[in-house]
Amino acid sequence: MHLRFWPVFLRNLLVWRKLLLPSLIANIAEPLMWLVAFGYGMGALVGHVSFEGQHVPYILFLASGSICMSAMNAATFEALYSAFSRMHVQKTWDGIMNAPVRLDDVLLAEMLWAAFKALFTITAILVVMTLLGICQTWKLLLAWPILLGVGITFSCMALVFNALAKGYDFFTYYFTLFLTPMMFLSGVFFPLDTLPDALKLFAWCLPLTHAVALVRPLFLDQWPHWVGVHAAVLTLYAMVSWKIALSLTQRRFRK
Amino acid sequence: MSTAQLVCSGLTKHYGDQMVVDHLSFELRAGECLGVIGPNGAGKTTTFRMCLGLTTPESGSVEVFGLHMPQDLLSIKSRLGVVSQFDSLDPDFSCEENLLVYGRYFGMRSADIRARVPGLLEFASLTQKAKAKPGELSGGMRRRLSLARALINDPALLLLDEPTTGLDPQARHLMWERLQQLLQQGKSILLTTHFMDEAERLCDRLLVIDHGRKIAEGKPRDLIEKYLESDVVEVYGGSAQHSAIGLTNSPLRQLAQRVECSGDTVFFYTQSAQALLQALLDYPGLRSLHRPANLEDLFLKLTGRQIREGA
Repeated sequence: MHLRFWPVFLRNLLVWRKLLLPSLIANIAEPLMWLVAFGYGMGALVGHVSFEGQHVPYILFLASGSICMSAMNAATFEALYSAFSRMHVQKTWDGIMNAPVRLDDVLLAEMLWAAFKALFTITAILVVMTLLGICQTWKLLLAWPILLGVGITFSCMALVFNALAKGYDFFTYYFTLFLTPMMFLSGVFFPLDTLPDALKLFAWCLPLTHAVALVRPLFLDQWPHWVGVHAAVLTLYAMVSWKIALSLTQRRFRK
Repeated sequence: MSTAQLVCSGLTKHYGDQMVVDHLSFELRAGECLGVIGPNGAGKTTTFRMCLGLTTPESGSVEVFGLHMPQDLLSIKSRLGVVSQFDSLDPDFSCEENLLVYGRYFGMRSADIRARVPGLLEFASLTQKAKAKPGELSGGMRRRLSLARALINDPALLLLDEPTTGLDPQARHLMWERLQQLLQQGKSILLTTHFMDEAERLCDRLLVIDHGRKIAEGKPRDLIEKYLESDVVEVYGGSAQHSAIGLTNSPLRQLAQRVECSGDTVFFYTQSAQALLQALLDYPGLRSLHRPANLEDLFLKLTGRQIREGA
């Protein structure tokens, strides 16, 4: 890896700093509204959920899943809409590549930048969750780097679709056909045990399921099982997507 | 050994079964401005992109500063300045910040970039606009900011793809003035353009390409002398008495070496216009214009008058 990606990453950081406040609200207010509405509202109906033999308040169960979803959404939005603006609409990438920076450097910068946005979002949410007293365990500190990894995985995956897009409308397919079903099938809102076997099997193929499996026990002050397997699935998704995204993006620019 | 800054040899590229660049060879010497002119779809932009390593030629080679594209792409780019056809300025940054951020892509230290920014803004006549964003600038200002940005690394060679397209005359003249200053500083420039007055004014040598092939190369004045008669008399027909087609078959035809007809206008190309102008006095209803042959005539002679909108 070469440091040529760094000035490109820095460029995105500088733009973001100018738009910090609206960005902060978009990235944090919405996930928190979900948490409060569902956590307290549904929590009142559901009460406790059984998780690995433990009775867990629903809001805590939800918080541990929805933080993974927030990492996924933040990284995805940045690597789809914002990266596409820079790549296609503003021609920022073209300008950068007239300098001694390669396309793979630019793509790496975009990938890490989207992951950073995810990290920023989940950090803010973790702080608020702690302040609200939803979750207070030192193990949250371990969830932090895992969620950065989740950001990287989803950022790589989104860049595949960025490379294929002709316009913003194309991203609707990715959201409707992939992200939304995954949101409901990855154990964010309800335990996977309630699903029929076939769906359960499918759910375990999805990266978000493995992210939740790693993060949720930490929120409950436990240790996750099968850490290596979950990490391997997420890494595999990230690496394969990165390779595909890189080769599709290079093809796109090789006109 | 010549001091060529850029040498392209036998460049060839297809898109589908269409040949866009066809065994094109040329070189740009140190300190000169080489203009590439040709109709839309002639292969100018593809050639430009091959020089930048953005498009890989199927055969042929590009050498810049004696280094090879694409193997030495990064070392070449670090000494190159590029203004592409479409602005790629950062809309979220001010003029100043645009230069700062761009300098970092060259691995320059922030302090070094900051030291260069005021001079570059002044060069671009944008000192008053240092804090303004590209969206608040006129087209001419944006192009000059793009030029200033391309100069951040103090490049020896500039590649400019249609740097004045879409600008008003004032903005074009200011741009030409700046490019002439750069040439006086000893920089080399490769320029593509659609404007023949721009090519004539700025370029030491011209490369005329069409259908991806080089069809002429040389100094603007030499090319005009080589391919054209010295004088042109344009006659505007279209009256009931004298249609343009009718004029090309009139006795006037005998007084010119070559005649072309475009719409209602007839172009008489001749080495001496006196006899023709005298004869035109017998056609009192006709308006005419006598002028020396120029690059535009050359361009139209070499590439034809038909429109290339499909390209």
